[in-house]
Amino acid sequence: MAAPGFFFSGDRPQMGSLGHVTPQRQRFDAPLPLRSGAQIGGYDLVYETYGRLNAARSNAVLVCHALNASHHVAGTYADQPKSEGWWDNLVGPGKPLDTDRFFVIGINNLGSCFGSTGPMDVNPGTGRPWGADFPVVTVEDWVDAQARLLDVLGIDQLAAVLGGSLGGMQALSWTLRHPQRLGECIAVATAPNLSAQNIAFNEVARRAIITDPDFHDGHFYAHGVLPRRGLRVARMIGHITYLSDDSMEEKFGRQMRAAELGYSTQDIEFQIESYLRYQGDKFSEYFDANTYLLITRALDYFDPAAAHGGDLAAAFAAAKDKRFTIVSFTTDWRFSPARSREIVKALVDNRIDVSYAEIDAPHGHDAFLLEDPRYHGVLRATFDRIARGLKA
Amino acid sequence: MSEVTTEMELIADLVPAGARVLDLGCGDGALLAHLQQAKGCSGYGVEIDDANVLACARRGVNVVQLNLEEGLALFGDRSFDVVLQLQTLQHLRNTEKMLRETARVGRMGILSFPNFAHWPNRLSVVQGRMPVTRTLPYQWYDTPNIRVGTFADFEVLARRNGLQVLDSFGFHAGRVVRRWPNLRASVAVFRIAGG
Repeated sequence: MAAPGFFFSGDRPQMGSLGHVTPQRQRFDAPLPLRSGAQIGGYDLVYETYGRLNAARSNAVLVCHALNASHHVAGTYADQPKSEGWWDNLVGPGKPLDTDRFFVIGINNLGSCFGSTGPMDVNPGTGRPWGADFPVVTVEDWVDAQARLLDVLGIDQLAAVLGGSLGGMQALSWTLRHPQRLGECIAVATAPNLSAQNIAFNEVARRAIITDPDFHDGHFYAHGVLPRRGLRVARMIGHITYLSDDSMEEKFGRQMRAAELGYSTQDIEFQIESYLRYQGDKFSEYFDANTYLLITRALDYFDPAAAHGGDLAAAFAAAKDKRFTIVSFTTDWRFSPARSREIVKALVDNRIDVSYAEIDAPHGHDAFLLEDPRYHGVLRATFDRIARGLKA
Repeated sequence: MSEVTTEMELIADLVPAGARVLDLGCGDGALLAHLQQAKGCSGYGVEIDDANVLACARRGVNVVQLNLEEGLALFGDRSFDVVLQLQTLQHLRNTEKMLRETARVGRMGILSFPNFAHWPNRLSVVQGRMPVTRTLPYQWYDTPNIRVGTFADFEVLARRNGLQVLDSFGFHAGRVVRRWPNLRASVAVFRIAGG
């Protein structure tokens, strides 16, 4: 099993790992028209690529990221220990999405705080950071921006688009907006739109941020402060919805911090409180509040059936000759299996090729980021099949 | 196990070329793959078992992971030329509902199940013991076959649900049995259509 390089350390890639990767930046001068009617004139997208584009340019796979992730899908950064990409367990040499066979692209979405143009950047119109004035971007806008980057990379046709959660929405949207530019769509732990409950969670998160006195109507950069309290609460509530009741119970149960009750209403008593506060603190250090507002709104707005009177099957008529793989997790209550089945039904109604795996995993929504042999087995089989059908 | 068996060949012969097929309880997808390659059929398999879903994905067969006990809400009326339900019926609690769903979703249904009235089974019961045979290989206390019926029983059930039996025959040891199938065949095969 030892791959070349297995006996080396440091810069040499370890078996199954991409080793060190480097982000790239692309400038776009032509304005991007947005769904809102506004446009972004002049913007940057940062991205990473892994593996090699083959001679026929047929082996490219786009990986779309979810709420708090980025273009850094896999591999590590040379100067940062423990900087594995967010889907490093799936993407790499010999992994289910095998970079020895595929050219994998991760793109940071517009409005993000990880390098692509976003609210922290300077608005050329005012000379000050965009802040809350950054245009509202949608899943469709992201997909269009991704398509423009592919133009620059000289990729007409993707072998597949893969995404989980909000990334899955982008993967679905690709099949509707640019069906001629991809072969297959793999959408994991996603939904055809957000339920009222989901929008409600997003709204609580947004209110936490907006009502933080340090938010300053989204122009906190000028005040030299960050609405950390709001971000913390936003992340805490988000985090609860990514876990299942069972996994939380197993991980924390009613474990206490101390042996005795402290009879305090404000100190941390239970380990779950400590965990959530830690997650909130960590998040508030690196995530931008305006980006959080933008991305949750993009989630709220995504609803491809809306343009077809709520008929999802009518929406997917545009994806007629595509092939889909849909995966859900039984304990995911944020994007439940029932939501994935709605997608499957819309595809089946159109007689579109689709496979659907409903993985009985205990980890809730987060399961899509974890390594489960059944889940990864299905994705590996799917990518193996796609690889067999590639033009060299 | 994974190769096309004679029972599969027999069933495949009943499926028209180019048919849109829904295979309920499609196992590892061998029959669907065979129908796609040999007869230009298309469609989906339905499976509940993780290992079978993976096997289908490996074969490149469309598979939908679903518990058949929950019905076929995913599939529209008359949306398939053929609905296959091979060696599946005996595992389902809602036998009647599944039968009606099969007739709703497909223009034609093809079903197979173990025929409990096959003579060795009768002999075994006469001797006071539940049968253990190649077709019914389980002990009474660990069998996954929660519904055991006979060729003749199924005719009654089909009629009761207003289904039309287009054809029926037995199958045993690689041969079609048309004379006294209720006595002479270990497997019953029915071709049905909605009333």
